[in-house]
Amino acid sequence: MSDATTGSGGAGGLGITEADKSDPATPKFPYPPKPATVGASHVNQDDPEVRKAQEERLIWVWDAPKGWKYWSAVNNTEVGLWYTATSFAFMLFAGVLGLMIRVQLAVPENDFLTGHFYNQVYTLHGTVMMFLFAVPIFEAVAIIILPQMLGARDLPFPRLSAFGYWCFLIGGIFVCGSILFSAAPSGGWFMYPPLTTQERFTPGYGADIWLLGLSFIEVASIAAAVELIVGTLKCRPPGMRLNLMPLYAWYVLVVAGMILFAFPPLIAGDILFELERLFNWPFFDPERGGDPMLWQHLFWIFGHPEVYIVFLPAIALLAMIVPTFARRPILGYSWIVLAAVGTGFLSFGLWVHHMYTTGLPSISLGFFSAASEAVAIPTGVQIFVFLATLLTGRVIFSVPMLFVSGSLAIFVVGGLTGVMVALAPFDWQAHDTYFVVAHLHYVLLGGMLFPVVAGVYYFWPMLAGKTLSDKLGKTAFWLMFVGFNVGFFPMHFSGLMGMPRRIWTYPEGLGLELPNLISSVGAFVFAAGFLIVVFDVLRPRSKQPYAPRNVWNAGTLEWLAEQEDKGWGVRSIPIVTTRYPLWQQKNFVEDVDMGRFYMPDAEELKRETMVTSVLDAEPVQCLRVPGPTFMTMWAAVFLAAVFIFATFHWWYMTIGAMVLATIAIFVWLWRGTALIPEKGEKDVGLGLKLPLYVSGPKSVGWWAMFITMVGDGTAFLSLIFGYLFFFTIHEEFPPAGMAEPGILWPALSLALFLAAWIASQMALSINKAGGVLLARALIGGSALLAFAASAAILAGPYFNGLDPVVHVYPATVWVLVIWTAVHGAAGALMLIYCLVRSFAGRLTPEFDIDIANTALYWHFMAATALIATVAVALLPLAS
Amino acid sequence: MIHSETRDNLWTLIAAPTIWALHFLVSYIVAAAACVPNVAIFQAIAGPRILIAVITAIALVAIGLIFWRARREWKGHGGGSVHDTDTATGRERFLEFSTLLLAALSFVSVVFVALPALFVADCR
Repeated sequence: MSDATTGSGGAGGLGITEADKSDPATPKFPYPPKPATVGASHVNQDDPEVRKAQEERLIWVWDAPKGWKYWSAVNNTEVGLWYTATSFAFMLFAGVLGLMIRVQLAVPENDFLTGHFYNQVYTLHGTVMMFLFAVPIFEAVAIIILPQMLGARDLPFPRLSAFGYWCFLIGGIFVCGSILFSAAPSGGWFMYPPLTTQERFTPGYGADIWLLGLSFIEVASIAAAVELIVGTLKCRPPGMRLNLMPLYAWYVLVVAGMILFAFPPLIAGDILFELERLFNWPFFDPERGGDPMLWQHLFWIFGHPEVYIVFLPAIALLAMIVPTFARRPILGYSWIVLAAVGTGFLSFGLWVHHMYTTGLPSISLGFFSAASEAVAIPTGVQIFVFLATLLTGRVIFSVPMLFVSGSLAIFVVGGLTGVMVALAPFDWQAHDTYFVVAHLHYVLLGGMLFPVVAGVYYFWPMLAGKTLSDKLGKTAFWLMFVGFNVGFFPMHFSGLMGMPRRIWTYPEGLGLELPNLISSVGAFVFAAGFLIVVFDVLRPRSKQPYAPRNVWNAGTLEWLAEQEDKGWGVRSIPIVTTRYPLWQQKNFVEDVDMGRFYMPDAEELKRETMVTSVLDAEPVQCLRVPGPTFMTMWAAVFLAAVFIFATFHWWYMTIGAMVLATIAIFVWLWRGTALIPEKGEKDVGLGLKLPLYVSGPKSVGWWAMFITMVGDGTAFLSLIFGYLFFFTIHEEFPPAGMAEPGILWPALSLALFLAAWIASQMALSINKAGGVLLARALIGGSALLAFAASAAILAGPYFNGLDPVVHVYPATVWVLVIWTAVHGAAGALMLIYCLVRSFAGRLTPEFDIDIANTALYWHFMAATALIATVAVALLPLAS
Repeated sequence: MIHSETRDNLWTLIAAPTIWALHFLVSYIVAAAACVPNVAIFQAIAGPRILIAVITAIALVAIGLIFWRARREWKGHGGGSVHDTDTATGRERFLEFSTLLLAALSFVSVVFVALPALFVADCR
């Protein structure tokens, strides 16, 4: 073979002579091809033999596992496909629930469903559509197309995506399955206490299933957010500066950032809620100082941004589809960035518009009303950008464009009723009526479902190599569009006539019969249209010929995908200098296919992708990414067991599962992360050499830790918000005569935490300077200090006899100290992990990712400890 | 002129909307604290409203400075609304223009959010 004989490498010149199956970046597949012996810069890329050998290696390395081991795959294409299919399955399930609601309401005084079962049906309909379809479909689609769009081989943490998927699947089945036992949650998708906290109103496990099942899925969402932020910022192709990024990537960045600030308040709320349900801690019980309003605040601080978390990624699909069919670049790129970022921020100032009828003072309502009107500005900007692009282009009408037009029409109606209900006096009339049901369905279906179906028709050829049927697509569209409007438009009127939401039936003679009957008919027409889409996707099409590559003649990198999917993602990692490289860069596709750009080979038979800088995408690292494993599935299974056992109060099994989950995660980390490469740097082609291992702020792991801890910190601050909330609503907080944690223990704990923090930072720098022994001593000492600090912070309320059941004050103090102690213990475990890695030779002065990331964790830990101890020790002195 | 320029990045991009968020949060807390526990709902809350006016003025000045800075540098780099050139200046100009747009949106939104404090005089 020519690549073995040319160049200066010589036999084994790249450090590896055969596939190294102990490395997780090398998949354990049979029949590995021979590794290359010459670096990519020194081969003759125009030699077909060379390219053939390169392609064999790339295909072998990036292939999905075969047989039953297929389910150990972590490739973004496999995981993304499972994710998408699963969310659609949950969507169909929730759709059937929706139809059951329409059957029940088709005629007055109907007894198709009992009141109790109806409550479960609508609760699950909303919950599943929001948590198991609308948000996950964003993650699913982004996991598939984001790396393709960025010319990356995979996302930076493929195993994290797989872990997220398994969490989502198990949690989703748990939540959905409950209705088969008539044990589903029945308190509405927002679970307002005291309806849901008191056994006499909602007996059974329904609320626990909702809380624990969804908390578990929220973990998956945050994992996806971390993955997608790092992917967008650090895995762009060389040359793709921020101003050249596809708009989809901008939206992903904004939405993932929003998830990071929106989901943690809900997790904090879930913790308080579950502590009340399981242990009778009175956070939402007014008789013991609690307040149900706190739950409403925490829920809607999550719940309103979530609407935009659902909406923006779907609009992002439009931002890709519209230019393709308008045959021109998007008009007003910066304006879309304005709209995405602006909406992302403003959406956090809207939450109280779900709470206009709770009796808050008008001045407070006014702030939220004003922000709700302001958010119409960036939302409108996006619509006008699309219209302007279409008007200045030469539009080709096609099925995706049909769905795009339908979505804009429907969404504008929903947006306008949104402006109406954002006004408090109007909302007081329409609140909890079918007017709001109509509004939210217009927003969500127009703003999310129609764009997603447009995306299915648009991206299907990229995924499967074949197009979906035009004829079926058009029929489906008209059934869906007409059915939707027939189904939901009358709800505006029935709502204004006084038809309330969430009531299982209505009496005759109020004039509600006709609009409800029309709505029910429309819902079934809509469902028929959607079933045609499902049929079109699922029907066998082995006889259908492959569509031409880049069938829509689009301009962005994902359309490099070849008709028959090759796992490698992209043949070589291109240098990008324009926004639409397939339109604007000469000879681009051929250069990619011939491997004339970076990384045309997997010389050492390892999975690799390129890491670049944030602003200008300058190459900084050749990142080895781990391959297939079942470990992520085990970690998800055990973590699921923790939540499921806790639902049924099986405490010993819960603790057992917790231990197993922790072990699984550590095994996964030990085997799959921070691997020391066989050489320092690698020739990635075109004369460029990149390091294989970087640590600290340059590494993707450091960013992942940073982003995770921002989310974690948001959850902690939400708990602090709760503490201050109780402080402001009580005349005296803590109430007179109530036991307090004192100053001594919190102060001692803070001192110990700060000492552990300083020791961990010193360990990092001393290890880097080569002082391995001293660094080990510091790491070990820091871990001991962390355990002692965690014990000390618990000792305050424990020895002072704070009883969390009697009043919300001791309960809140306990939550803060437990949160801090658990984080201290986690920090200690990480330090012990570093210590073991150091003794095992996997953490050295040169290769120090583990301690660098742990030291970063400890910055957040120190801040948490400082805030928590100050809050519990000093607040009692303030009142 | 070149020397006094800031290098734009994602943090400078979101500075203006972050100020909006802080202004929103503080306005909300000031009003909530003044009206809790909501017993004397007809009592005028002149003090908190003046406080909101002050923080509004501060927020508007800060956003105005960001706007002015972004506009000056964007003009200095040639202005225009198309920023798809493959140069560091192209990226810089794009960020400046987007910062300018976000500052304008944030400015308007701060004014919006301050209006209730102008019109509502008590805790009803």
